[in-house]
Amino acid sequence: MLDFLTAFAILIGIYSVFTLGLNVHWGYTGLFNIGVAGFFALGAYAASLLTIRPPSSDQVDDYLYAGDLANRLEALPVIGALDLWFIAGLLAASLVSAAVALVVGTITIRLRGDYLAIATLGIAESVRLVFLNERWLGNGSKGLYTIPRVFDGIATPQDYDRVYLVVVLVVFLALFFGVRALVHSPWGRVLRAIREDEVTAEASGKHVFRFKLQAFVLGAVIMGIGGALYAFNLRAISPSAFTPLLGTFIIWAMLVVGGSGRLYAPIVGAFIVWGIWSGSQFLPDPLGSPNVRYFSIGVLVVLVLVYAPDGITPLLSRARERWTARRRLRRAVAEE
Amino acid sequence: MARASQVAQTLLAIIFIVLALSQIGLAVNGIFLGSILALGAVGITLVFGVMRFANIAHGDMMTMGAYVTFFLLVSVLPEHTGLGPFTFGFPLLIALPVSMAAVAALAVGMDILVFRKLRLRRANIVTIEIASLGVAIAIRGFVQMVWGTPVRYFPNEGRTHFSLPADISIAPNHLFVSGAALVLAIALHLLLTRTKQGKAMRATSDNPDLARASGINTDRVLLWTWAIAGALAGAAGVLLVIFNATAQLKPTMGFQLLVPLFAAVVVGGIGNPYGAFLGAMLIGISMEVSTAWALPTYKPAIAFTVMVVVLLFRPRGILGSKG
Repeated sequence: MLDFLTAFAILIGIYSVFTLGLNVHWGYTGLFNIGVAGFFALGAYAASLLTIRPPSSDQVDDYLYAGDLANRLEALPVIGALDLWFIAGLLAASLVSAAVALVVGTITIRLRGDYLAIATLGIAESVRLVFLNERWLGNGSKGLYTIPRVFDGIATPQDYDRVYLVVVLVVFLALFFGVRALVHSPWGRVLRAIREDEVTAEASGKHVFRFKLQAFVLGAVIMGIGGALYAFNLRAISPSAFTPLLGTFIIWAMLVVGGSGRLYAPIVGAFIVWGIWSGSQFLPDPLGSPNVRYFSIGVLVVLVLVYAPDGITPLLSRARERWTARRRLRRAVAEE
Repeated sequence: MARASQVAQTLLAIIFIVLALSQIGLAVNGIFLGSILALGAVGITLVFGVMRFANIAHGDMMTMGAYVTFFLLVSVLPEHTGLGPFTFGFPLLIALPVSMAAVAALAVGMDILVFRKLRLRRANIVTIEIASLGVAIAIRGFVQMVWGTPVRYFPNEGRTHFSLPADISIAPNHLFVSGAALVLAIALHLLLTRTKQGKAMRATSDNPDLARASGINTDRVLLWTWAIAGALAGAAGVLLVIFNATAQLKPTMGFQLLVPLFAAVVVGGIGNPYGAFLGAMLIGISMEVSTAWALPTYKPAIAFTVMVVVLLFRPRGILGSKG
């Protein structure tokens, strides 16, 4: 049970990272990205390729390049014990995502919002096809599976999940506080101004295109880091993990349910949606089947959009306000 | 600058024509694929014209049409295959219009249950677009719940292709596909230009406020647009199945076509039904001709690349208006 909860918490942490990235795109800037899976895959493959072992000599594997950074750094004194290859993996994921986002963004952000949506969908599909078909690069449908463990010197394989949960939390919190600081900065205010009214922002002398491009790259980098975290968690990735459902839709569902543009939306949304998604598999058969769960995620998104357009987070904070108000009242009555 | 861009555009057009002619057999196949894409793309562009959002559920509406026909062929209608030169039997001719009506009803239902509520709340366009993403997931979930995830097949029997000179071989089904698409396209053209409802649709697409001010019931126009787009999507889904040599259906078939469909809409000029038709042909031919050099699985990526190249030179598409 504890093991299940640990694995559950790790995935919530990782999905919170993706949702945080999407919140930067859609929640704060109004960039409509329906290709989260693309940056997810780019991050996961970049981090994995840098750290996996070279292909085995018995010709089972088709990939040619392997960074093998974990073993190479291990040989060095002091640095070897720090597991810096993990940081390097996250950096590689960020760089690759940033580069792709820069190219896609430069071409499409100037155009209407719908074009960006179509472009991100196209990129996500193309990225998946490249990793599936170019076997020299991504090993085809077998995927990459010799991804090393972080801190395997201090934790036994049985403890890996617990150690990794701490790693995920540290990375998430760093990103979360980073995004929070940026959103409250003048830069973040410009983004929200753009989201609300682009023309007014432009008229106030803000270079809208540049701000949007920066936000697009930042969100993509966060998604890429999420992909790297995902890869180091399962330590095996294949193109089937980056399908539109688990790579994009569910992250949108999390943001919408959490309440897009709200700071705590990623955590609240990831917790609720992943809770429903992975909890419903234990329901009795017709309800627990993946197809029914798929259907309900779609209905959930539509219901929230139609009936609670601001998501669940404001409902929670309103409930908390009401609760504290009632407690204050009770205390006042008691004092009299 | 403008001159250089014109030269580049002409060069690209020449390259496209030369490549298509060098693989004429594949290019002919591309026209057939293009006619299916056209039916889907015209629906997306019509809905965009009156509602200003790109409907992500359109691919899954096509899937729904295909599965309704599958249900009718397998469980309701008499068993029959091999009508004339085709792999399917006469029941398909009954199932096709029924599926079109069913998907039209689904589209109208979607608007009443979801999109109208968002419109009345004056929700942001992209919020409506995300809602269509949710609808897309729900439709696919529904298809998987009812018919399961494994691949299904329309009842069919093998048929030989017609061979023409220059290595062109045409499957009889493909002629049916393009014939049906042509009939629907002509019907749509007549509807848009000759009927009052069609003129009201074009007026609303041009300028919704002005249309409303001139006494057009724009709510009814929206429902008509959804119904027509739905019917065309239903037809496209059914034709997509018989376009395939093994007549297979799977729950992801429509969604997988979304990138080429959007590419066709954007290349033609978003909101313009004639542009969508042209864009669909261009994308369909590019996708098929590319298989001479690239793996067939890259077809969606090719569609996407063609779209990006066109956008670089013509940000509003080939037939896009300037406004």
